[in-house]
Amino acid sequence: MKRRSLWLKIISAAVLFGAWQIAGMIPVSYAFPTFFESMAALVRMAFDGTLLMAYIETLRPLVVGVGISAVLGIGLGLWIGLSARFDWLFSPIFIVMQAAPLAALIPLLVMAYGIGLTSKVFVVCIMAMPVIVLNTASAVRNTPASLKEMGRSFLASDRMIMLRIIIPAASPVIFSGLRLGVSAGFIGAVLAELKITPTGVGDIITYSRSIADYPAMYAAIFSIILLAVLFLNFLERLEVYLFEGNVRGYASD
Amino acid sequence: MVMPQIKEAVNVTDMPQSDNAVVARKVSKTYGDVEALRELSLEFPRGQLTSLLGPSGCGKTTLLKIIAGLLKPNSGEIEVNGKPVTGPGPDRAFVFQDFALMPWANVLRNVAFGLELRGVAKSEREAVAEKYIAEVGLAGFEKSYPHQLSGGMRQRVGLARALSVDADVLLMDEPFSAVDEQTRRKFQEDLLNLVQHENKTFIFVTHSIEEAVYVSDQIAILLPRPSRVSEIIRPTDLRHKNVDNIRRDPEYLDIVDSIWASLRSYVE
Repeated sequence: MKRRSLWLKIISAAVLFGAWQIAGMIPVSYAFPTFFESMAALVRMAFDGTLLMAYIETLRPLVVGVGISAVLGIGLGLWIGLSARFDWLFSPIFIVMQAAPLAALIPLLVMAYGIGLTSKVFVVCIMAMPVIVLNTASAVRNTPASLKEMGRSFLASDRMIMLRIIIPAASPVIFSGLRLGVSAGFIGAVLAELKITPTGVGDIITYSRSIADYPAMYAAIFSIILLAVLFLNFLERLEVYLFEGNVRGYASD
Repeated sequence: MVMPQIKEAVNVTDMPQSDNAVVARKVSKTYGDVEALRELSLEFPRGQLTSLLGPSGCGKTTLLKIIAGLLKPNSGEIEVNGKPVTGPGPDRAFVFQDFALMPWANVLRNVAFGLELRGVAKSEREAVAEKYIAEVGLAGFEKSYPHQLSGGMRQRVGLARALSVDADVLLMDEPFSAVDEQTRRKFQEDLLNLVQHENKTFIFVTHSIEEAVYVSDQIAILLPRPSRVSEIIRPTDLRHKNVDNIRRDPEYLDIVDSIWASLRSYVE
């Protein structure tokens, strides 16, 4: 497998953080802290336990929502991809879901499900699920016909064709759907905390902004992005581990 | 079965009589309004290589897939070893034009896949696969993935996979059409060896006249729309010649010419 060289990663991070530092020093806005101020705030919050408590709160809807989206999304996607009737029945729902302006729908969700965990999980799912379902369905539909024929001619049962040919063949696109879905899920989790009730990381962001502690606010945003990147890396490792030959280069690392 | 069109090139006495591995009887197949095959009958002698040759769109691949059990004929039947075909079976193995290798699996798993689907234990099927990987000349590439191999090597993997399930009948759908000319010549020589040493029946679809004459014991020429067998040619003397001399043998050249003469009017 191809890897970006470590140096390239370090240089690109240095350029980005350097630009951040310079922009903070000019400053482009007095509400925009420098990189080092933000990192100091991040370290401070990491050590006094604020960050840990916040993530315990934020990760709950995130993990539940992403978990539901991944399992249900891949399941539904497989079904939609295999059956034209199911496609007809369910595809439109997910296309609408993907296009819907979520922030405007949140009050509706709150009316129906309250301000607790359920609503937040819903927000994560609405963000994460459509792309997982639609990617899985189109990947399954586009399984090379000759691979399926190969399976049949070597006496595979329908179940074996499904498990050993269709799913592995679709896995690169399923995984790219998962990556997009998971990133969207992270956005959904923060969005839910900003729009429904300020808890966890959303609380740090809202509270820090209200007392003009901008380094802490940017530190919280930075930490959630970092977490998302780490999780996406983990997903890619998983893909490489499961379907090594499918990987012909990096998708993200 | 009467086949009045058989061209008796020389003698037929050394031919094994009436031992056919595969028999097609009045097979018809239509796709919607298009009639692909009409009452096609053909016999495939055991242990020999029969080519299906014809212009594109003449239903050669359709016939092959019907024999494989991948397609159902509208009428007529196929018999393999005397038993009618109702679907894919362990007595037939398929070599695909586009190789149909699983990109996520290495060479070893691809070759062993037929046995894997039959529930053969891992160590056993890998031992068989390794043997055939070596036989097709890919020893040392067991752990490589298909995208790391050249086109010719990929088709060797496809061939090893078909050999490893030890079927009586090998169905080859234009197996060499996606590899370059030099590789193809090497393949053809290897195929002749294989026919000689493996006791299998080969059914070989091709659109190359030279290839068909070079490798075949029997060539069935199919003419299109709807497809029927127009002629069966049995090059009799070529098989006993050295592979290096076949291409300048007068019989080879004559057959190539006569096939082209009968096909040229069907080629747009």
